Amino acid sequence: MKAAAFAYARATSVGNALELLKAYGDRAKVLSGGQSLMPAMNLRLISPEFIVDIGELAELRGIMVTDGVVRIGALTRHVDLLTSPDIAAHAPLLTEAIAHVAHPAIRNRGTLGGSLAHADPASELPACMVALNATIIVRGQAGERRVAAVDFFKGIYETDLSAEELLISVELPVAGKNSVHYFHEFARRHGDYAIAGLAAQATVEKDVFTDLRLVFFAVGDRPVLARAATRLVNITITPPVLAAASSALSEELDPHDDQQASAAMRRHLAKVLLARGASALLNQPDLNAGGRA
Amino acid sequence: MTITSSNPEILSELDRPNSYIGKSVPRPNLERLMQGRGLYVSDMELPRMGHVVFLRSPHAHARIAGIDVAATKGVPGVIAVVTGKELAAVITPWVGVLSHLKGLKSAPQHAIAIDRVCWQGEAVAAIVATSRAVAEDAAEIVRVDYEELEAVTDMRTALDPATPVIHPALGDNLAFERNLDAGEVDAAFASSDAVVEADFIFGRHTGVTLEPRSVVADWNAAEARLTIYQGTQAPHMVQNIAALHLGLEESQVRVVCKDVGGSFGIKVHIYADEMATYALSKLLRRPIKFVADRVESFNTDIHARDHRCRGRIGVKRDGIITAFEIDDLTGIGPYSMYPRTSAIEANQVVNLVGGPYVTRNYRARARVVFQNKNVMCQYRAVGHPIACSVTEGLVDLAAAKIGMDPVEIRRRNLIADDAYPCASPSGLRFELLSHHAAMNKLMAMMDYDALRAEQATLRNKGIYRGIGIASFIEVTNPSAAFYGVGGAKISSQDGVAIRLDAQGSVICQTSITEQGQGSESLTAQIVGSVLGVSMERVRVILGDTDNTPYGGGTWASRGAGIGGEAALQAAKILRKNILDVAAAILQSSPNELDISGNAIVNAGDGVLRMELRELARIVYFRPDTLPPGIQPELMATRHFVPREYPFAFTNGVQASWLEVDTDTGFVKLLRHWVVEDCGTLINPQLVDEQIRGGVVQGLGAALFEKCVYDERGQLTNANMADYLVPMSGEMPDIDVGHVVSPTSETELGAKGAGEAGTAGAAAAVANAANDALGPFGAVITEIPLTPQIILKALGRI
Repeated sequence: MKAAAFAYARATSVGNALELLKAYGDRAKVLSGGQSLMPAMNLRLISPEFIVDIGELAELRGIMVTDGVVRIGALTRHVDLLTSPDIAAHAPLLTEAIAHVAHPAIRNRGTLGGSLAHADPASELPACMVALNATIIVRGQAGERRVAAVDFFKGIYETDLSAEELLISVELPVAGKNSVHYFHEFARRHGDYAIAGLAAQATVEKDVFTDLRLVFFAVGDRPVLARAATRLVNITITPPVLAAASSALSEELDPHDDQQASAAMRRHLAKVLLARGASALLNQPDLNAGGRA
Repeated sequence: MTITSSNPEILSELDRPNSYIGKSVPRPNLERLMQGRGLYVSDMELPRMGHVVFLRSPHAHARIAGIDVAATKGVPGVIAVVTGKELAAVITPWVGVLSHLKGLKSAPQHAIAIDRVCWQGEAVAAIVATSRAVAEDAAEIVRVDYEELEAVTDMRTALDPATPVIHPALGDNLAFERNLDAGEVDAAFASSDAVVEADFIFGRHTGVTLEPRSVVADWNAAEARLTIYQGTQAPHMVQNIAALHLGLEESQVRVVCKDVGGSFGIKVHIYADEMATYALSKLLRRPIKFVADRVESFNTDIHARDHRCRGRIGVKRDGIITAFEIDDLTGIGPYSMYPRTSAIEANQVVNLVGGPYVTRNYRARARVVFQNKNVMCQYRAVGHPIACSVTEGLVDLAAAKIGMDPVEIRRRNLIADDAYPCASPSGLRFELLSHHAAMNKLMAMMDYDALRAEQATLRNKGIYRGIGIASFIEVTNPSAAFYGVGGAKISSQDGVAIRLDAQGSVICQTSITEQGQGSESLTAQIVGSVLGVSMERVRVILGDTDNTPYGGGTWASRGAGIGGEAALQAAKILRKNILDVAAAILQSSPNELDISGNAIVNAGDGVLRMELRELARIVYFRPDTLPPGIQPELMATRHFVPREYPFAFTNGVQASWLEVDTDTGFVKLLRHWVVEDCGTLINPQLVDEQIRGGVVQGLGAALFEKCVYDERGQLTNANMADYLVPMSGEMPDIDVGHVVSPTSETELGAKGAGEAGTAGAAAAVANAANDALGPFGAVITEIPLTPQIILKALGRI
């Protein structure tokens, strides 16, 4: 379990990183926190010729709140998100979700940008970005692009990012008035990749959802922004309404089988999450026909 | 010597002033390990050392048509690429059988496969290079031409006529079969008020040591001597086997084993790749290092527990169990492991089922079959978790059938505490067990009745919690009956040599080994207590065949009971010798003197007479001042092996309290209790932590751990992300209590404690899960108990 030989450069600026990426294209890999890349290299699942280490690019690190927007640099580590008062105040869904990302040692090194660019469909942060309606900012030789999170994730380990582009930062709208969130995932052990998870952001007025973004993860090839959520908006939620949404959710999901769970089990767990999530968001425990939250 | 003490930490025989026995003193090696100054083989570097990487078969079963190593020639850093055929010139093959396991058969196994590979992960070539990374690079360019053969993977069809025979010379795929029929089983079932049957399925799992298997072999051609640095539990066994197959005398092999990063039975065997490493050193005349990486650890460290066992129990309406019957089937991979064999686990299952209970009616069949998967062999608590889960699962099913509380049915059937000595239907002899005392203690610790009431209250709120109970017995302190009688040169005796040095400190060499259990601590505690010397003045040396007495090592819960007794007896002799000299110097008599606080004192009033340091000075430097005729012997050696009982059985009972989320199938472990009886407790903290560690491994088996093979014999989860070891986040608090019934076979009275936790944990959890699922009529007899299995049993998916 030793990585094959590779060339290595520590980028001195974003511009320098982009030049290196242009020179090496898909023969290069960007190293940020290294929590997915290094194990894959050591297992020789991938053997990139060239490593572009962006770890020293301080300009990519940090959390800023201005004009109703939370801007998070790509190199911001999970632990910094977890402990940030700004994130807790303006994007509390993220604070809650980060606690489920692996273990402290990994959170101390792993970065937000790394997680998003890696795009593991079972990981928490891509789903949170979609739930929070984030904008993902990428830069290439031609300049900067802004991509809606929902369009950024394309498939298993697949994103809108080209081999010559760098993920720079994400922007989130600050949580508004009457905003509520819910996060839960089912994993065999705390810190494992989820078997099924839900990141949800909602606006609730007088016990009614006026906006609801339910993003399921680990049940498809990318975070799934459930269309079924629309059935729960601007309507009094009753068990039959919830049951109808649950059936609709079941229709739109196409989960996979693996060692931890069959597709049927994932579908079932997603429905449990829907019921528990809606009940928790509305603070109506009785709604949860599917069981205890 | 029977002690039923309410305070087991105080013991009579060794309860001298300042005794360390029964005290939770810190391990002497703690500071060294905590400061990162451990001596692990993985860290070793020797001059001219080569690193070996084994190219391993991607197929479960294939003929090797050709190996082309040409591309590796000239790769910078590559020292040699060696095939099985080339290595066979240096090392002979072996067959893993023992004569007391009648009918056990296996095929010759080579250090590196020659014509054929029989499991995914078997080595086909060794690549030796100046670094592991270079060797891995070269391994990628060795071309092996395989002709794939049909793989035998399902143990249930391994004996079918249509299934290929893995080793044609053996005639069939049956490695071993044992049948036992005791009492009047048929009549007992016929007279029962209820008979319950179930199929118990156990996932194949493995030990996952933190430090993988590691060897540095250093053949010194000038001395014609091989030094093996290895993380092993049994240095003298490794010495014997290495010498035997390399054509050497044992005196030409030295095995050094310093710190070991976890063993659990994984490191008590002889592995083909380790044998290949010894042979490569001899062939290439330089030190060779092999450290298994995590993937090859999963593919080659022994697996265990892959059993399917049909069980049957008969019971009367009053709860009296009339009979047990089992039919156990296990698949062990393509070879019986060397030298302890892969029939032991099934044999133990036959021995142990029904063990805690009175009934004399017991029938068992166990079949052990070959298959094209990694080898299976002895891992912590060998056979016990299977036997305990089957027995205790059946007892709970019987209780449910007749509507009796699980504790009550056990109380009506457990062997009475005053019925000893006695024997089990399978012939196991019990010297003294304490099932009822242990159960009583457990009930008090867990407040059983209150917990039952809480369970009922919560159930009304849709919260499903369960209580599971599992009584167990455990084999410890094995005599020669375990391996020696079968012809294996695995010593069942251990030796300890103790000497007083010239400043009155003590050096103690023991043949037991340390892999974190506390062997060093317990030896120092015993020696310090008997000699009256403080522990920090006792230095313990272990793990070196050149520098310790001959002995078995540490496995099968034997270190404290056997090695500890040898230490006690050696210390008594040295103590006598010291007092004889002291009496001569002080013109007193030995029985008027004692040793306490590193000094000779008056036995009567404790008044200081002479520091040990002074006594040593006189003995070593001024012997001329001693009275004529006195020849001090300030070094003493004693060996010990149990002779009266083949095994010192221990007993105990565990309980689990857990919650099942009946919507999702997820299980949350809330609390776990263990009461066990290992006789004398030398260091209660070390015992408790051994129990807890053992429980955690049992909980891993219950809920998480499984080597998942596909139908082609591919291990599909050979990594730490997909193979789920138990982690602290999911572990409950584990309360440990003790009952103390010392064995009279030794003065120390200690039995083993290393495997009790593992023996019963999974059974307790499975029973608790079924208790929780009771209202749904679901019964699950398969582990690991995954959410998927629970949801299916509940009809949710």
